[in-house]
Amino acid sequence: MRKPDKPILSRDPWQQLKRFTRARIALGRAGSSLPTKELLDFTLSHAMARDAVHLALNVTALARELEEQRFSIQLVHSKAPDRMSYLLRPDYGRQLNEQSRRQLQAIKPVIPSGAVNLVIVVGDGLSSLAIERHAKPLLIEIKKNIPEQWKLGPVVIASQARVALADEIGELLAADIVAILIGERPGLRSPDSLSIYMTYAPKVGCSDADRNCISNICSEGLSYDTAAKKLLWLAKEAIRRKLSGVALKDEGSLQEIAVIDQHRKLL
Amino acid sequence: MDRLSARVTLKKNLIELFMVYRFSIGAFRYQFNGLKELLAKASPARSGDCLAGVAAETYAERVAARMCLAEVPLTRFLEELLIPYEEDEVTRLIIDTHDKQAFSEISHLTVGDFRDWLLIDSTDSVILKHVAAGITPEMAAAVCKLMRNQDLILVAKKCRVITAFRDTIGLPGRLSVRLQPNHPTDDARGIAASILDGLLYGSGDAVIGINPASDSLSAMSDLYYLVDEIIQRYDIPTQSCILTHVTNQIQLIEKNIPVDLVFQSIAGTEKANKHFGIDLSLLHEARSAALSLNRGTVGNNVMYFETGQGSALSADANFGIDQQTCEARAYAVARHFSPLLTNTVVGFIGPEYLYDGKQLIRAGLEDHFCGKLLGVPLGCDVCYTNHAEIDQDDVDTLMTLLAAAGVTFIMGVPGADDIMLNYQSTSFHDALYLRKVMGLGVAPEFEQWLKRVNIMNDQGKIQPVEPAHPLLQGIPEHLLTFKTPNEKA
Repeated sequence: MRKPDKPILSRDPWQQLKRFTRARIALGRAGSSLPTKELLDFTLSHAMARDAVHLALNVTALARELEEQRFSIQLVHSKAPDRMSYLLRPDYGRQLNEQSRRQLQAIKPVIPSGAVNLVIVVGDGLSSLAIERHAKPLLIEIKKNIPEQWKLGPVVIASQARVALADEIGELLAADIVAILIGERPGLRSPDSLSIYMTYAPKVGCSDADRNCISNICSEGLSYDTAAKKLLWLAKEAIRRKLSGVALKDEGSLQEIAVIDQHRKLL
Repeated sequence: MDRLSARVTLKKNLIELFMVYRFSIGAFRYQFNGLKELLAKASPARSGDCLAGVAAETYAERVAARMCLAEVPLTRFLEELLIPYEEDEVTRLIIDTHDKQAFSEISHLTVGDFRDWLLIDSTDSVILKHVAAGITPEMAAAVCKLMRNQDLILVAKKCRVITAFRDTIGLPGRLSVRLQPNHPTDDARGIAASILDGLLYGSGDAVIGINPASDSLSAMSDLYYLVDEIIQRYDIPTQSCILTHVTNQIQLIEKNIPVDLVFQSIAGTEKANKHFGIDLSLLHEARSAALSLNRGTVGNNVMYFETGQGSALSADANFGIDQQTCEARAYAVARHFSPLLTNTVVGFIGPEYLYDGKQLIRAGLEDHFCGKLLGVPLGCDVCYTNHAEIDQDDVDTLMTLLAAAGVTFIMGVPGADDIMLNYQSTSFHDALYLRKVMGLGVAPEFEQWLKRVNIMNDQGKIQPVEPAHPLLQGIPEHLLTFKTPNEKA
């Protein structure tokens, strides 16, 4: 077999710059194209992100785990019957199906006067992996830090959920504050990133401008402890000022709520 | 077969009311209530139009709409407005700036004739450039719906839109690249490392454009200084841009931060633009501010716009207009401000607007065609998110077709994987592939620079870089010690 006179690949002599970024730099070239190893590495990352989108949340397992931690659980489903309709009809993902709506209506929340009713929704969103990995430890941190006089409503696990589904749930359960923990759109470097969206006095028809977002909660992002404290700081401020969203600015020194390219996000 | 039954018999005082357009195929009679409905139903199947409830219900209805649309005179688009003149400043812009002189060349045509006219050889680059100001976005959108993909490529290829700031963009036989060195925490060293990676692969002639993670003005001004420092130190004929809200950029210009291009996301209706927090007068103000800095060397196109199908619908501001027509109207906004670059971020919003590779490819070609026909320097972020039925093979197909169509620029993202925006796009390698396969060069001033610093050889080939290369010798040390004016103080 003929041995090549020179190596097939051009290596990039700036490997040392890789320590400054997780971007795919200094990949080298086969001709002007990607080397096989880098091509397959990208393909694997994409496959994992795709699987994260389509992997159904194991709702019963999560409910059991949370009940073991003494959370009271309600299981609900949006109007999107399956993943395909969830992806194509964002409006379905923002509404409860009929059965779930009746189920929540039947719960009559008993809230002592002066108490704050905090309802937490756990929604699969675009990455059930994020929920599987981070929802339980995050809920435990939140519970640990909740002010004594607050009443934590049932944790509502919602399937095929978009962010605004929390508005309807919060309204039905007469929540002062609703917070939805939801799996974010997976990126290649982070298929399991979780976000929290918090709304004061939630009701159907709230807009994105009424919510505060804490994003990038994952193993390489925000810690559970910090995320929980941020959420409760925002919730307390929301109660005190009777509002949430754009009017509730991140003012605490602890607060550094990630802003993901608003302009692109709005496109 | 019936002819278009509703003829232009309405009196002038009724011209802004919609007509009923009818078309029969065999025993089937199709009716379309107004141009808006006719345009929407003539569109190729698309998830966003289904979501908006404006798409054709059957395959045959879609073709009937196209046959009916083919018989509509172009002049009709100046009479039946999709959004009333009084209600929408984009409509007013389209009507008030319509160049009747330029239009006179095509004013006798129907939409169907217009397609034929665009395709014939005698309609060349010079004529298309001359006529552009007479074409409204609705006319471009209409004829687009009668075009096959190859038609969109062939006509767009004939359109020349040349712009300039520190280098010249859009010359025939060239393909420029926006170097996008994003970083999730805006880390200066991480961003600079990605810039270097791109430059050493011959990318960055369109712009070095950063999507910042932070919206703090001081963090952003640090980024302006960083890119400006790199551009100046190595004397690179290119420009920088930080993609933040236009009001932030105006403030930064007032503080004398080195701003080259001013960025803004734009859309095709006044209401959708309001959703972005802008209007036309704010864009005028931003452009004047950028011009006042006078930082261009070979030209003064100072604006950089981004658009994308679905933005009007996602802002609940589409007025029942299909998403491709809304997008074409955004190009009328862009054209008015003589941008250096306009970028359709084609697959960014998600599968509820463009579901799969087929829809993505079609939308990318439509956007490019409409933009170029209207005289806008259109580039494309050929991209997708992970919840769409799209992968890198679809990206390969669309970018190759766009390169054949003479696209102004594409994106250059390290390894095609944007670690800040969490989506996939095109890479520095992809640009090398396109230039090789399609025989395309880079912007001439940038090409001279690449040759001067031995990144490109005399034959126009990107060279393997030696460890002793001046950029590698200089920049890493420089990066480690880079200080912004804030840090220096």
